[in-house]
Amino acid sequence: MSPSQISRRTALGAGVLAFAAPLTGAAAQFNGGGLFWAANTSTYPTAVDLKASYQFLTGDEAAFVEAAALRMIPADPTGPSALEAGVPLFLDRQLAGDYGKGTRLYMQGPFAKGTATQGYQAKWPPAGFHRAAIKAIGDHLAQGGGATFHKRDEADQDAFLKDLSDGKVDLGGDVDGKAYFKLLLQNVMEGYFADPIYGGNRNLSAWKMIGFSGARYDQRAYVLSYGKPYPLPPVGIGGRPAWSVKG
Amino acid sequence: MAIRNPPVDAVLVGFGWTGAIMAQELTDAGLNVLAIERGDWRDTPTDFSPAYAQDELRYYWRHELFQRLNHDTLTIRNKASETALPMRQLGSFLLGSGVGGAGVHWNGQVWRFLPTDLKAKSHNLQRYGKAAVPDDMTIQDFGVSYDDLEAGYDKFEYLCGVSGKAGNLRGAIQAGGDPFEGPRQREYPNPPLQMPYAPTLFGQAAAGLGRHPFPHPAANASRAYTNPLGVTLGPCTYCGFCEKYACGNYSKASAQTTILPVLMRKKSFTLRTNCEVLKINLSADGKTATGVTFIDETGQEVEQPAEMVVLSAYILHNVRLLLLSGIGKPYDPATGEGIVGKNYAYQITSSVNVFFNDKILNPFVGAGALGMIINDFNGDNFDHTGLGFIGGGYVGILQTGARPIETHPTATGVPTWGLAWKKAIARDYLKTTTIATHGAVMAHRGNCLDLDPTYKDTFGRPLLRMTFDYTDNEHKMSDYLTDRAAEIGKAMGGREIKANYRKGSWDVVPYQTTHNTGGAIMGESPRDSFTNKYLQSWDVPNLFVLGSTAFPQNPGYNPTGTVAALAYHAADAIKSQYLKAPHQPMVRA
Repeated sequence: MSPSQISRRTALGAGVLAFAAPLTGAAAQFNGGGLFWAANTSTYPTAVDLKASYQFLTGDEAAFVEAAALRMIPADPTGPSALEAGVPLFLDRQLAGDYGKGTRLYMQGPFAKGTATQGYQAKWPPAGFHRAAIKAIGDHLAQGGGATFHKRDEADQDAFLKDLSDGKVDLGGDVDGKAYFKLLLQNVMEGYFADPIYGGNRNLSAWKMIGFSGARYDQRAYVLSYGKPYPLPPVGIGGRPAWSVKG
Repeated sequence: MAIRNPPVDAVLVGFGWTGAIMAQELTDAGLNVLAIERGDWRDTPTDFSPAYAQDELRYYWRHELFQRLNHDTLTIRNKASETALPMRQLGSFLLGSGVGGAGVHWNGQVWRFLPTDLKAKSHNLQRYGKAAVPDDMTIQDFGVSYDDLEAGYDKFEYLCGVSGKAGNLRGAIQAGGDPFEGPRQREYPNPPLQMPYAPTLFGQAAAGLGRHPFPHPAANASRAYTNPLGVTLGPCTYCGFCEKYACGNYSKASAQTTILPVLMRKKSFTLRTNCEVLKINLSADGKTATGVTFIDETGQEVEQPAEMVVLSAYILHNVRLLLLSGIGKPYDPATGEGIVGKNYAYQITSSVNVFFNDKILNPFVGAGALGMIINDFNGDNFDHTGLGFIGGGYVGILQTGARPIETHPTATGVPTWGLAWKKAIARDYLKTTTIATHGAVMAHRGNCLDLDPTYKDTFGRPLLRMTFDYTDNEHKMSDYLTDRAAEIGKAMGGREIKANYRKGSWDVVPYQTTHNTGGAIMGESPRDSFTNKYLQSWDVPNLFVLGSTAFPQNPGYNPTGTVAALAYHAADAIKSQYLKAPHQPMVRA
């Protein structure tokens, strides 16, 4: 619950709050009123519109992300590819929002590369890191005189991603290629396996592939069914396709 | 010009488990109590409603319930010769924020330390001799005994409605429980949770090897339960979203589900949220805390006088506030002198994946502390002669829910992406389980906390700096535990096992545990500790520091049970002793 919601709640919940800061009305003081509650203050996630176009990724960036994600989770009969699951749209919306902006990250300098155990030390939040790294990868491949990433064949793409993950690609400047690979792979996995409300895991397809039950509320009946398949299809926060009204 | 508030009897800094426990106890004793929490008010119906609580992306990976690092983080390094850099993103541990603190997103794993854990130094010296405790291993006794804490352990277990099976009732070993535990006065308030397939297979395999498996004690209610305060918890539905999430079902014990419904009705209790304490104020002679100064939710500086100051924030914040307030002598690892920041410790973990071809395990049917455990290799439950380390940990399978962004173990030789990864994960997800080891970290001279010279928080105050790495003791011990886990994994009869030893230096990236300890440790003397056995500061007797801040080293169990028991132990002493002679030390230095 953000401070702005607190302000709103203060107005809504005057009956149970004691006020300490009349200047702003944004009091957050509780005394003797029991558990504070006010109607309509919960924050349900907003569903990504699956028909909308990219908001953050430019054309070149989208081409790279789509191609790289497809190598990370390729198409085959086992289950959805990253593209079929909607991973690029998921990533676009994440980068356009608070995650991409790094609103919860500590982004004060000075910046330094750090040791292998000191974690994320990029000078950009995730959106900026993706942007800088995709540009650096494009420049790196162009310097070598070869085709741009998404126009290469699959074996070439795999080899480049493998080198990137092994720290064998020097992208120059402040872009740590190995750190970027980790970020990209993490984001692709997030899009593949996150609740479909965020734009990936389309039609719960990745959950169906592995057998995850999803946002099930009550699984008591299945604790002791040793060795038996779980009989229900997965369900997301927003329900599942079969619950939608057709027409 | 700061606002000056009317004085209160006690001001609490931070409002998670320990703050709620202390507020409940002190208001019961007739005190007027103010709790100051820097995060938001949070409660089940609005902040983690079952309509959307089961959201791996939002709560775990996007950190909605955790501390906002843009506001305040810490800097980290493995050793003093490195430059500490900010922990820019959460990873190894998940700091809490807001009402209920980290106790909102915990698993509900409730343990008691072993009686010998509380005497780690004297016990190991006596049993194994001086060579067992090298000079740089700065372990100490807690200065409080298991018998001192038993009532507090019991009180917390009944507050939470812990589901479990006693292994030692007043000295009589009980079948089906943990035979290594210290004696308890009575059975757990609720029976164990129902046990799923994988932990059951672990228990059978462990028993076959002569180990002593038992159900993990869980603050996940196995049935509807009304606690001694009259607050009711609902039966756990095994939805698999405990760890790193908040419970939408009133089944996992938290301040919200056990204490706040009663405490928040009391007129003698006031909670202020979105207010951040800047420092503890002292009298001119430095021997009395006069209150705290905080920034309120409007940005105004407020001076809050109080008869008693209780630090009840997370350990890292407690230590930092002491350092920022100039209380106690900062620890210097170069000389070994000083107290505040000394003996920071953590936990060392490892795992063994077990892959089956034919057994569907449905790992998503889970709960935070649902599993089977052995303590045969915890603490000093086994003979360490010739092993080259002291301490130990538990080994077991906890079926916490296998949310798939986080949990998709891959067999040996399987890459982390690509077609081979995809095929392997589709084949193995339902048929894989993981044995976890959870080991102690002994105190070491170089592992400590101080203030960072470079990086600042949003108020311009120095960040806390953590210098920490595992030592040989931890690695040898963890490898030993991992080998024992692998033996059981093999005996479970799967297709293959994969042992994931904890190698190298402590790494801030992968999640391990939110079990940070030490920095203002308790003990028997002001020469080597910050508080006495009642968590009362030796230097400033009307200042109390709660939490795992007090642990001189970190045993092989999750800390919350002992954190709560210490809080109750302190509260009992404050009520029965301190309030009769306020501002006086309860233990003579």
